[in-house]
Amino acid sequence: MNYFPDEVIEHIFEYVVSHRDRNALSLVCKSWYRIERCTREKVFIGNCYSITPERLIQRFPALKSLTLKGKPHFADFSLVPHGWGGFVYPWIEALAKGKVGLEELRLKRMVVSDDSLELLSRAFPNFRSLVLVSCEEFTTDGLAAIAANCKSLRELDLQENEVDDHKGQWLSCFPDSCTSLVSLNFACLKGEINVGVLERLVARSPNLKSLRLNRSVPLDALQRILTRAPQLVDLGVGSYVQDPATETFVKLMNTMHKCKSITSLSGFLEVTPRCLTAMYVICPNLTSLNLSYAAGIPGSDLIKLIRHCKKLQRLWIMDSIGDKGLGVVANTCKELQELRVFPSDNIGHHAAVTEKGLVAISMGCPKLHSLLYFCHQMTNAALITVAKNCPNFIRFRLAILDATKPDPDTNQPLDEGFGAIVQSCRRLRRLSLSGQLTDKVFLYIGMYAEQLEMLSIAFAGESDKGMLYVLNGCKKLRKLEIRDCPFGDTALLTDIGKYETMRSLWMSSCEVTVGACKVLAKKMPRLNVEIFNENETADCELEDEQKVEKMYLYRTLAGKRKDAPEYVWTL
Amino acid sequence: MEKEGPDGLEITELRLGLPGGDSSSPEKKKKRVFSEMDEENSSTDDDRKTEVVGWPPVCSYRKKNSNSRSSKMYVKVSMDGAPFLRKIDLAMHKGYSQLAFALEKLFGCHGITEQVPIYEDKDGDWMLVGDVPWQMFIESCKRLRIMKRSDAKGFGLQPKGSLKGFIETS
Repeated sequence: MNYFPDEVIEHIFEYVVSHRDRNALSLVCKSWYRIERCTREKVFIGNCYSITPERLIQRFPALKSLTLKGKPHFADFSLVPHGWGGFVYPWIEALAKGKVGLEELRLKRMVVSDDSLELLSRAFPNFRSLVLVSCEEFTTDGLAAIAANCKSLRELDLQENEVDDHKGQWLSCFPDSCTSLVSLNFACLKGEINVGVLERLVARSPNLKSLRLNRSVPLDALQRILTRAPQLVDLGVGSYVQDPATETFVKLMNTMHKCKSITSLSGFLEVTPRCLTAMYVICPNLTSLNLSYAAGIPGSDLIKLIRHCKKLQRLWIMDSIGDKGLGVVANTCKELQELRVFPSDNIGHHAAVTEKGLVAISMGCPKLHSLLYFCHQMTNAALITVAKNCPNFIRFRLAILDATKPDPDTNQPLDEGFGAIVQSCRRLRRLSLSGQLTDKVFLYIGMYAEQLEMLSIAFAGESDKGMLYVLNGCKKLRKLEIRDCPFGDTALLTDIGKYETMRSLWMSSCEVTVGACKVLAKKMPRLNVEIFNENETADCELEDEQKVEKMYLYRTLAGKRKDAPEYVWTL
Repeated sequence: MEKEGPDGLEITELRLGLPGGDSSSPEKKKKRVFSEMDEENSSTDDDRKTEVVGWPPVCSYRKKNSNSRSSKMYVKVSMDGAPFLRKIDLAMHKGYSQLAFALEKLFGCHGITEQVPIYEDKDGDWMLVGDVPWQMFIESCKRLRIMKRSDAKGFGLQPKGSLKGFIETS
């Protein structure tokens, strides 16, 4: 089978980078499997409980970069109780023991203790990149360890984590010899940082390309920092409060003229809207703009800013922009590929977004492929129009604030609208539904959504048929998450082999019973079927007829996990 | 589109309020001094909707960090005749009627109908609460005072637009 020596194949494999391609290579034949596993440096593990760290290390001895995900997605919405799991410490411990040459670690929805950060910082001399997304439990003490001990740290990227601030000076722990920083994002930290220390750190980091500040960094410090780092490509502004009639502001305006490399802008965690004019000079270069945490910018100022952003490819914004504002986006941002519109708290009905804004976007932005849209209402007609205008959707997530709202014009469910989306967008990989929906929408999804990998359903459907349409039809389905739907045991048990082809299934507040879960667990030993019983005590017997409040099942080679809390029953 | 489950309840019936609770908003329960705030009544439905756990599906970090005011706006509130002052966070309220409700709770309903809310602005002038848009008000308000109507007699207290209902007109 092999006409080339191993070295040649190895060399060719170097060009194969994506996980899926690599996985495919490893299935071709035994020697390709061997060569592939010995040369793989980057591994992605979508569920940290699907495999043990020891087994991972055994298979991939050359491991340098690891991505791990922990809690199920619905944990983001407070549906997973505290203490469920997703602890990273055992992984770091095992990697250290296995003398893995770890360089990069990327974690999402995991529990990261200060101890794990401490161990991480000491056990891997070449460690250079730490990315933590939606993680918890660590404090600034853990960050101090990373700063102090990772001699060649290039990236420290903290996104949307809950971090306890221990008032230490973690930033000061970067030694003077640390000059290798390329990316530093601490926007999610609540506490004060020493601005002088930050400025000196920036000054000695000539390779710094990405810097995202937290709220404690004031505008005058921002100006000084930008003066020292005109090479920045990605900037996250912390506090942006200033009287525009001051010299500080004028200085900032001038400094912005020198920041021609900035293509990505975010933050503005607190803001004086009138000062946004200083940003206009860099707007024409922006390809990414994230103002989804800039609640202090009223819609009118958002619109003024966006008018300057003709090259935008990614826009994350709050619904204070309104339908009219989305119309401006549609006219201005012809290169737009990804749009996220988040709900804001203090908004009157007249300023919120509806189906009109989305239709406008679909007409003006033909390259749009990713959407997350929180809105007050949606119509079938609008969805049908959007489907026609934008057949290239890969991700389509709609969240109507009233979860079961029908089409307000016709009072019909939104089955036809979403049906049009799946029929038109043949490359759709991720879909989130909302609004009033019957089993019909699932019939359409099963029929047309051939590439669908992830589906999120809430308050939808009428019977088990709905779920069955999806399980039967969507051959590439990997993640299915369902809440508050009338799907029960028949739906769960009809095609149990399906679940081994998927990463996970979440069902909460549905009609599934304990008995059915037990049957499923018994028949499928390579699935962990977890039931959460928050109200029962540990020694309470589960009756078969009882409805299950929350169930999470996932395929695994690691067997039953040993770190589950009391309320989690693995059947 | 209703289906009945085994226990006779509609499967797709949704309770969008707290279980077993009556989800009438505080607006309805208030004394009618602060009643007819148009801008506030329309938020009644939305109040109920926000009580479903995990919907809308905004991640908890974003929920905690998307408030429009990061800094609190505590101002002193004095009421004529009360032995001590109170403090209230203007940033916590979305409009005049919510503020009115909060003030009622702070001081109880002691003759609230006989009283007039005024505030000291950035220039040090004492102004009648309610003339300017809410956002403008909270940016300029330095302190609040609830004064006796009798002290204000003789001054034209015809309520304008947004103030309608905030002050009882005799």
